[in-house]
Formats: sequence, structure tokens, C-alpha cells
Amino acid sequence: MKPLRTVTGRVAVLDRPDVDTDQIIPKQFLKRIERTGYGKFLFQDWRFDEDGNEHPGFELNRPEFRNASILLAGRNFGCGSSREHAAWALQDYGFDAVVAPSFGDIFRTNAGKIGMLAITLPEDEVGRLMESIDLDTGSEMTVDLERRVIVAPDGREVPFAFDEATRERILNGLDDIALTLEHEDAIAAYEATHSIA
Amino acid sequence: MARTLFEKVWDPHVVLEEDGLALLYVDLHLVHEVTSAQAFEGLRLAGRRVRRPELTVATMDHNVPTLPGPVTDPMAKAQLDALRANTEQFGIRLHGTGSGHEGIVHVIGPELGLTQPGKTIVCGDSHTSTHGALGALAFGIGTSEVEHVLATQTLYQQRPRTMLLEFAGERPPGLTAKDLILGAIGQVGVDAGVGYVVEYGGEAIRALSMEERMTVCNMTIEWGARAGMIAPDETTFAYLEGREHAPQGADWERAVERWRSLGSDAGATYDAHVVVDVADLVPQVTWGTNPGMVVPVTGSVPNPASYDDPNDRAAAERALAYMDLRPGQAIQEIRIDKVFIGSCTNSRIEDLRAAAAIVEGRTVDPKVTALVVPGSAQVRRQAEDEGLDRIFVDAGFEWRLAGCSMCLGMNPDTLEPGERCASTSNRNFEGRQGRGGRTHLVSPQMAAAAALHGRFVDVRALDHEPVTV
Repeated sequence: MKPLRTVTGRVAVLDRPDVDTDQIIPKQFLKRIERTGYGKFLFQDWRFDEDGNEHPGFELNRPEFRNASILLAGRNFGCGSSREHAAWALQDYGFDAVVAPSFGDIFRTNAGKIGMLAITLPEDEVGRLMESIDLDTGSEMTVDLERRVIVAPDGREVPFAFDEATRERILNGLDDIALTLEHEDAIAAYEATHSIA
Repeated sequence: MARTLFEKVWDPHVVLEEDGLALLYVDLHLVHEVTSAQAFEGLRLAGRRVRRPELTVATMDHNVPTLPGPVTDPMAKAQLDALRANTEQFGIRLHGTGSGHEGIVHVIGPELGLTQPGKTIVCGDSHTSTHGALGALAFGIGTSEVEHVLATQTLYQQRPRTMLLEFAGERPPGLTAKDLILGAIGQVGVDAGVGYVVEYGGEAIRALSMEERMTVCNMTIEWGARAGMIAPDETTFAYLEGREHAPQGADWERAVERWRSLGSDAGATYDAHVVVDVADLVPQVTWGTNPGMVVPVTGSVPNPASYDDPNDRAAAERALAYMDLRPGQAIQEIRIDKVFIGSCTNSRIEDLRAAAAIVEGRTVDPKVTALVVPGSAQVRRQAEDEGLDRIFVDAGFEWRLAGCSMCLGMNPDTLEPGERCASTSNRNFEGRQGRGGRTHLVSPQMAAAAALHGRFVDVRALDHEPVTV
């Protein structure tokens, strides 16, 4: 995992509630056995028609949202299936941070594991950020994991909470399995006293 | 101090705590072909082994065809081949296609007696919540966590908040477990459980069979909670006794004694408590594109204008457009093209018996294609021993091999664009069963009745005395 301290970039807005992981990455792409290359399939059925032409009405196809690295989303983003492919696809497409009022629990964990920031803010705060985006020209924003603040397009700073262990891991790009294996003695001691049928 | 079922399972599995996270030991890791290949590859790249292969069990379910014959999709085949090779390399038990024990991972776990009260169980699949029906703490994980569990047999977890969802009152006749959970989700909303582990309680839960409890816990993730649990009791023990991996003899007696103490103590407190009244519930049918968009079969499609929240209104409008339905349309007017009876929600022997009882001696509507897909090879054999396959086939259903099938369209069983399906599965998301497909979630009884009539009907109003031939 690459270390990530700050994301500064263009913002895309997907103001819909309950966006499920089946939409983020449809099932046919789950048959791949690779971890990379999912970005071109992101939101496949919403982005493209059956002939592969872009749906002009879909948010991410708006010119001002192109090449965005921060996504502002509606509540319960990433609900549904546990497929980590959803997080892989968003990251591979270019998103380093998703900000929403709430996330599906498994999606939020998956994002943290791959170093993509899933940031929860109160619904009205996400709404204010969405309103601060210039829908004609597009806007830029900064997500600063080190200071745990979002710098809105108008310069306003919005603090956010982030679980400390995941933050440390992402800031330093650490391999969490290696970290856990530092506790191998404790795991072995647990196993010595707990037999499992 | 009085403790909850969740606390009694969680606490003894904590290896250590740091930075507000618990390192939780995993007793059973279930693996399938779709979410594991990249995890095994990660182990290989890092030169790591599987720490406890004997606590890891694999099966093939998501993309196996349910008609006999070879896997013709080269990508599906590559994934299935990868699972076989990975389980061989790392010494993991595989219940592969043709083994006689294959099936949907959440059907075979309980069926083989691997799922037991008090265990911590994970799987790279969100419907792992199913196993909580036996009093286990069971939840879905992503592929990075799958790799972490393979390598360490543990997971770092934030301690979740606890919620009691109490089904109050007695279950009315003709109301299924699927209706209980769909009705509850309709009331609480699809994100009400985010951040919680839920315990289901109340008289209506206690009165459910083991398989009905699995249906309820299966759909826990559909309202945002990662795990749902039901306290183990005599129903649980009677279900488990004698199963292949259940404890035997004196071990069994000791295990039951331990399991009896797992139920929440009187006076135990939860972070949240929700009550759903059972007495007023009637069979449920979803009309939209998430499981919370659900109404009674006696009702009609809601009008988006009736929603206060502008986001909810817009979502309802999008759902109606996708589902090609009009506000106010009676549910019982909606005609269907396909019926799917199967999935980790509703593919167990009791589900098939209940559907067969509706179907027996009757005929599927000639415009409808109807599938019955048993959840496992073992369920299929048992159904055939009981003659259920004949009842379905004689009525015009297709009788398939075990697998996830049309629940998620990763195998040849899919909906065509615009097709409408009465489905016993768990998700009615856009495109879930095939691009452009329209899914209505219902119970097996309601799906069977819909197959006969070509539209949704109130199964309670049917004369479904078994026809004697």
C-alpha cells in the first residue's frame, strides 16, 4: 500500500442515497482474478449504455467531474455486497477519497485496507460541501489525513474523525498483515488455551 | 454484570486490544471462488502460509452453472480452477462441484454442522450474517480481510454497537420468516443497522424453525448491520445434533451446556432497541431497487410524491422508472416473466417443501419460466428423496443443481433486459439478476403462487390444501 497523507484534486458529486456495490462494480467483473484494472468498469451500467456509449445524464460523465480524485456521495454509500472490487474500482478510476454521511460497514473497511479514504461527515455538512462545488467549472478540494481536515473550495476547514489505527497505516503505507504478525506470540498463546471444535 | 449474547461471543475471542481495536480470533473461515483468488495470490507474493487450514473450508457456489455439464464461461472456469489449485496448495478442505457436499456457502456451513453457537465465523461474502441464526458471531469481509484471516486467523475489529430488534406479538398464520425480515427492513430502513451487531428476539423469533431463523439473519446486511444473531435454544441444538461436524457423545453434552449459557442475561442492555409488531404484518413484495422498498401484497406501488426527504423521493422516482411501475399500481396486477426459488436466503429443505405444497397438482403459468435451485447438493438429494422434484417438474418448474444461480447473475442463470422476476433471493438492486432485469423479493410460498398465476397473488387467499392425485 502506498502512503497517503493528503489528497488535493477535483471533486465529483454523486448525490444519491444507498448506492450499492452492485452498481459500483457489476457482477460480471467479479470473475476476474486480478486486483487491478477495475476502473474502466466502475459504475458500468450507469456510465454506459449497452453499446458502450456514455450516458450523458450520469454524474461522473459530466465534463467538470472528469479526473476527479474526491467523491462526495449520499448516505449509506457502498451498501450491499462485500466485494472489495468496488473499492478497487473507485481507486483505480482515480478516487483517493470518498466523503459521505455514512457507508456500508464492509465497504468502509475495504476502503481502509487499500488506502482509499472513506470519510464520514454529518449529512448537512456533506450537503454544504456539495453546495460549495461549482457545477459549471468544477471545483478542487483538499482532504488532509494528517490534520484530519477537509479544505472546502472556499477555503473553509471541516474537521473529520478517522479511526487512529487505520490512519497510521494509511499515512505510512503499512502492510497490516505484517503488523498483526508482530503479535504472533499473543496469537499463539491464545491458540494454546482455546481449542476449537 | 448482565451481558448480551454478542458480548458473550465477542469477549472470549479477543486476543488483545490496542488503539481501541480488538484483535479478534476467527474460529471458522469460509471461502468461495469469487473473493479469494486475490487473497491467495497475496499470500504467495508475500511468502506467507495459511495459519489454520483446518479452520478454513471452501466451496464453489457463485459462478457454477446449475445445469449439468462443463463450465463453459472461460472466466468462471479460471476462477473455479484457481480455487481448486489454491486449496490444494494451502491444504484447505474444498467441497467442490460433484463432491456431494457442495452448495451455497451459507447453506453448507450449518448443514455440515460447521456453524455452531458461540463461534466467530467470517467469509468473503456479505450474507455470512446467516450463520448468526445459530448464535454465532458471523459477518462478511472483503478480500484484504480474507487474506488477513488466512495469514493470521484473526481480524482487527472496532467493537460494534449492539441493537436488539424485537419482533413483538405472535406470527399470524401464512406469514413467513421472509415476510418478517422484509417487513422489518421496510419499517426501519436499509441503513438503520450500520455500525451495529443485531440480536433478533421476541416470541415470534423463538417460535421460528432453525432454517427460518437463517432466512431472518441472512438479510441482516440488507439493513446495514454486518451481523445478526439469535440466542441458541432447543431448536438450535435439535438442528445441530448428529451433523457431520457437530460435537459427538460426551463432547456434545458439554457443548450444549456451554451453548445454553450464551443467551443474553436478563437485564442486559443494548445501545439501541427497536420493536417491530408482527401481528399486523402480511406477505411482503418489494417494488423498488433496494430491500427497504417493500409493501404488503395487498397494497400498491407508492407515490414518490409522498416522501418528505427529497433524496428519498428522487430514489423512488428512479426506482419506479427502472422497475417500469406506476404509482398506485396494485401489487397483484404486476405480471412476471420468471420465478426464482433459491439463494442463501431461501433454498433450504423447508423452503422447498413450503413452495412444493403450493405448487402440488397445479401448473406454472405458460408465460412464466420458473426455476427451483436447491441450496446444496444435500438439500437436492433430500428433496428428491421426498419427491419434491417431481412436484416441481410436473408443475412446469425447472429442477436445477445447487448454486447461487439467479440471485446474482454470475453464472448462466440471469434475467434478460426488461424481464420481471419473483425471486426468493435477498437483493433487488438494479441489474442484480442481469442488466435491465427487474427483481421483486418475496417468500418461497409467494414465489410459487406467482409462478402459478403469472402475477403476484396473496398466498393466504389461495386454497392450497394439497391436491390428492
